[in-house]
Amino acid sequence: MNFWEKLEKLDRRIIYIIITLAVVLPFFFRMGLPIKISPETKAIYDYIQNLSPTDVVFISGDYDPQVDAELTPMFEAIVRHCFERNVKIVVSNVYNPQGVGLVEPRLKKLAQEYKKVYGVDYVFLGWKYGYSLLIMGMGRDFKGTWQTDYYNTSLEDLPLTSKINNYNDIALVISLTGSGAYVAWIYYAYVQFKAKIAAGITAVMAADSYPYLQAGQLIGLLGGLRGAAEYEQLIHHPSLGSAGMEAQSWSHIAIILFIILGNLGYFMSRKKK
Amino acid sequence: MHLSTDPWVWIAFFFTLSIFTFLWKDNFLYKLAENVTVGIGMGFWIVLWWNQTVVGQFWTPLSTDFGSNFHLIIPAIMGLFMITRIIPKYAWMSRYALAFTIGSGAGFGLPRVIQGGVLQQLYATLLPINFTSVGLGYNLIIIIGTLSSLIYFFFSKEHKGAIGGVAKLGIWFLMIGFGATFGYTVMARLSLFIGRVLFILKDVFGMHLF
Amino acid sequence: MFWKKQLPIIIVFLSGVIMTVQYFVPLHASEFVFDNYIKWGISIGIFAAILGYFSFIRVHIMKITKKAPNWGYSIVALAGVVLMIVAALIDGTDTNGYYMKFYLYICASINATVFSLLAFYISSAAYRAFRARSSQAVALLLAATIVMLGRVPIGDYFSFWTHWGLPSFYDMAQWILNVPNMAAKRAIALGVGLGSLLMTLKLILGIERTYLGGE
Repeated sequence: MNFWEKLEKLDRRIIYIIITLAVVLPFFFRMGLPIKISPETKAIYDYIQNLSPTDVVFISGDYDPQVDAELTPMFEAIVRHCFERNVKIVVSNVYNPQGVGLVEPRLKKLAQEYKKVYGVDYVFLGWKYGYSLLIMGMGRDFKGTWQTDYYNTSLEDLPLTSKINNYNDIALVISLTGSGAYVAWIYYAYVQFKAKIAAGITAVMAADSYPYLQAGQLIGLLGGLRGAAEYEQLIHHPSLGSAGMEAQSWSHIAIILFIILGNLGYFMSRKKK
Repeated sequence: MHLSTDPWVWIAFFFTLSIFTFLWKDNFLYKLAENVTVGIGMGFWIVLWWNQTVVGQFWTPLSTDFGSNFHLIIPAIMGLFMITRIIPKYAWMSRYALAFTIGSGAGFGLPRVIQGGVLQQLYATLLPINFTSVGLGYNLIIIIGTLSSLIYFFFSKEHKGAIGGVAKLGIWFLMIGFGATFGYTVMARLSLFIGRVLFILKDVFGMHLF
Repeated sequence: MFWKKQLPIIIVFLSGVIMTVQYFVPLHASEFVFDNYIKWGISIGIFAAILGYFSFIRVHIMKITKKAPNWGYSIVALAGVVLMIVAALIDGTDTNGYYMKFYLYICASINATVFSLLAFYISSAAYRAFRARSSQAVALLLAATIVMLGRVPIGDYFSFWTHWGLPSFYDMAQWILNVPNMAAKRAIALGVGLGSLLMTLKLILGIERTYLGGE
């Protein structure tokens, strides 16, 4: 077996070790690389920045633990921004019941940090059955559709939600998702009720979302951990997204080198044959 | 750097390592963690379902205003008929719930998908072709790219001659699109691993990362 | 026959037509139908979910009683369900309760780690499977490389040519995503949109009947 053939048949465990080092080492040797802000991220930031304290942002954490690493940094950055601007938020998990366990503890922690009052500054609705039915129902009768919050308090009894009747009372809907849930928000909330929609989505979904962005159906887009990092930079609060960007950088370099080396081994060993 | 004193963090760390052992080979720890998460996930869902939907969405409106909500009992019974699917002789009874859900879902979707998924997407493609410093002819590329990619998916006519040429151009656009998706997919997968590394370094070992 | 086959098809047809027409009719009666259809749909779904829970429990109990391979793990899965129900009954479903802690620190941690394994598999696939066998495959890999470099800060660090007014990896990635990628993905979105419309029509008109269960 010559060098090129050996290269082609490299043990998978060596690849695993290299990718682990490419991810872990950048946390110990940091370069302090700046993160550029993309227009799609800036659009969401600007929109929230221009809201008044009476406005309500509806955040739907339509994601599960599998993609927690990408979407929770986005969730935290957006909630921080809203709390800093004193914008009211209503948080739910319309498309994913598993999101309840991820969003509720983080929301409570942030609310305590910013000294926000439950029912006045923010409300947590949790998950209820309905998916697209729930989205459409919210456009007709918000309180009647949700009935109660996560803690089984009637929405009529909470000062914040008692004023919300439909999408006219919601300045922006943000769907954080690792699935096509944001498209459902477009079909069922934007098309019929002209609700303003923004999406925070996993990188896997990001490339597919550009047609909706260009068509103006989404006001902005956060794509993957990079989107979260950009938002953290905008609110001057670097956190998990920004911390992960250098590891992301070096692991991408490793993958590109894997592709080059793999191809080199493949073509050179074929040439020999 | 200081080690976490929270026992929950160490439990999470134990299960995280248990899953990583799968990279070496399938083993007892991995299988144990796999079934623990299946059970806890299902338990989480059952409790949520009871609290949020049965109590929150069904019982609350019925108990507070029975007069105007009593009709909800009919769809509830239709939903319960779904259980008959496990008894082959009576499985047909589940079809009413399915038929209602599928029919109304199709009816809800039809006009909204035409608007949002087809018409608004077409409007956004029919753009003015400009070559200004901002436009740089991008709109022309978008129109050509969308039409040629659509023609590639048009199989009612053989891909020969002019149609074949346009379809070939469509493949190039699609390949670039798939390349972008692939690049982003790599990013996504690595982000998930970075998330676990962040948990270990920050939450378990107390490293200051930002 | 009517109760088993024709009536479900009639329900699908009527529900589909009513909900389609309702969208275009801005009358009070139409809104009444819309509101109540939503309530009915939700009530059906709430109780239909029992089937899922029942199936889960039945599969695991059967595995245990038949002592099927790895039946011991089924005990673990069922114990997990019981544990969560007991935790919620004793401690509630609030942040500080065991119910939420079990979920966040055990279930979410395990799920997140299972998916993080994909980083290793995609690395291995990048090395072994992504071959530039044709010019189109080269285009795919090139676009992927530019997006990979353009979406991380190090891409700009390497883009030394920007001093000569040339676009950086970031600029190139933005252009790829917003122009050729957007065009290709729009064609796919249009195809999916039209495809789902046809499927919807087939369902409403009773041409597609697989939901009846093959009988």
